[in-house]
Amino acid sequence: MAIANYLYLSAILFTIGAVGVVVRRNAIVVFMCIELMLNAANLAFVTFARVNSNLDGQVVAFFTMVVAACEVVVGLAIIVTIYRSRRSVSVDDASLLKQ
Amino acid sequence: MLIAPSLTYSLLAPILIVLAGALIGVLVEAFLGKTHRPAIQLTISIGSLLLALQQLWQIRDSSSLTAAVNSVTIDKAGIFLQATIVLLSLAAVLLIADQENFVAQASAIPGSIEERSALEQKNQQTEIFPLFLFAVAGMMLFTIASDLITLFVALEVFSLPLYLLAGLSRRRRLLSQEAALKYFLLGAYSSAFFLFGSAFLYGYSGTISLSGISAAAGNGNDIFLLIGIIFVSVGLLFKISAVPFHSWTPDVYQGAPTPITGFMAACTKVAAFGAILRIFYVGFAQSQTQWRPIITVIAIITMLFGSLVAIAQRDVKRMLAYSSIAHAGFLLSGVVALNKDGLAASLFYLFAYGFATLAAFGIITLIRDSTGEVTDLNRWVGLGRKSPLVSAAFAFLLLSFAGIPLTAGFVGKFAIFSAAYKSGNISLVVVGVLASAIAAFFYIRVIIMIFFTDPVNNSVSVIIPSIKSKVSIVASMIISIALGIAPSLVLTTASNFANFVK
Repeated sequence: MAIANYLYLSAILFTIGAVGVVVRRNAIVVFMCIELMLNAANLAFVTFARVNSNLDGQVVAFFTMVVAACEVVVGLAIIVTIYRSRRSVSVDDASLLKQ
Repeated sequence: MLIAPSLTYSLLAPILIVLAGALIGVLVEAFLGKTHRPAIQLTISIGSLLLALQQLWQIRDSSSLTAAVNSVTIDKAGIFLQATIVLLSLAAVLLIADQENFVAQASAIPGSIEERSALEQKNQQTEIFPLFLFAVAGMMLFTIASDLITLFVALEVFSLPLYLLAGLSRRRRLLSQEAALKYFLLGAYSSAFFLFGSAFLYGYSGTISLSGISAAAGNGNDIFLLIGIIFVSVGLLFKISAVPFHSWTPDVYQGAPTPITGFMAACTKVAAFGAILRIFYVGFAQSQTQWRPIITVIAIITMLFGSLVAIAQRDVKRMLAYSSIAHAGFLLSGVVALNKDGLAASLFYLFAYGFATLAAFGIITLIRDSTGEVTDLNRWVGLGRKSPLVSAAFAFLLLSFAGIPLTAGFVGKFAIFSAAYKSGNISLVVVGVLASAIAAFFYIRVIIMIFFTDPVNNSVSVIIPSIKSKVSIVASMIISIALGIAPSLVLTTASNFANFVK
């Protein structure tokens, strides 16, 4: 399979994630879309590692996974706190700051 | 076969010390009782910051590309930026130490019995200190990182603690939690853009180091380069809250606990601009035709938008948020200038703006009624008669933001605009001066409200600050005033340190 196809797939995944963040209302789903974007970037990195025939891109992919895991910890902590005080994780309900 | 990386510990010491302080702080949380924690945590924070500052002083003349296997660059500009961050953090930690502003127990549901009992037992969320130190270390690393992977990791290391800190306000907790959610979701969104852009820069140049990207200019696929520059810029412009990536700024500034807002406004801006300057001056300088027009337009829109929308604000924290957006525009002029003067001017501007911002948010924490801080500008009317000294200090800071002569803001703006002029960007200078005039209008409107309007009968008062807050605010004020009267010391230092090693 041509290597460009992996890049197209990565771009498609990234776009799905980016659009999902904008249109979805549930904070958890928004968060999952962000994770999808990170993974799309990972796919691009690994593909380019193959194209450039060096390992830097694969190393970056590992770091991204670790960072994404940390992000999950912080993100879920914030979302759970919001849920406990409002019984809702809709990003539309969180609108006290709009004046 | 794996080769052990060789690290030059002496050059990395400032960051390592701050990280060690943070880790010790985590252990203190685990093993010490709650009565001792606040004092010990504060001591650790101040101690590690002072040690880091001393280390920075020792390595002030060093420069090295290989301190951590090409991942960081130690150079003059990096050391100046790191020192700025450490100094600002020292002032910020004293404000943060005033636990009055922070939640007693973050996990308790607002308004619940748990929350009330936590308040009665005078619980304190001292985890704030380690989180703060992690953020500081991440910011320091961000300014000297010289490859894409280190940039990304540093970006997350300083952002993740800030997302949490934004949600820890003692009063109006729902607002604070909402600010944390918005900051987190939009922040993570923008880091995803940054990462995707990094992938394409890697694809373009075959290397993740900034110097490698610069060296590859003209040899690779220009589409990849363009995609890479645009997406990486989106991630960075979000952090400095440039228009159109600014929408989080007013909400987060308003919702977060005020000392954290001050820390975030001052230090994030220094760190993010440090990284932007390095990336554009070192990594993208060879491909400037690709990005300079876009960044120029963004700088113009940001200056005008920030200044215009600030006029309509009724909340002092939101007003300062829009003012910070406008300042991001002024600072972007320094990036577009792409010459040594631009770099020196940006360094000075960041230093001056950081202390003025910190002092301004420090003063906001003092103005209260029975329910907490009063940020509604309509209730600040006539404050000048109740407490002339604090009001005069705030007015001075507003004049400095506006860039009135004899203040640090004027010197900074003058330096930035003359650098932009030298690089031939007349349009930026014209719009910049125009935006400054608009900005001056609303700053002066606030000063008139405070001093020259009859006080309405309300319960707003200026509390007597604790010693820690007092030291922090007074020190920031003295630096702001000194920078206005005698800017040459810092200005010369900034231009001596305005040098990126490539």
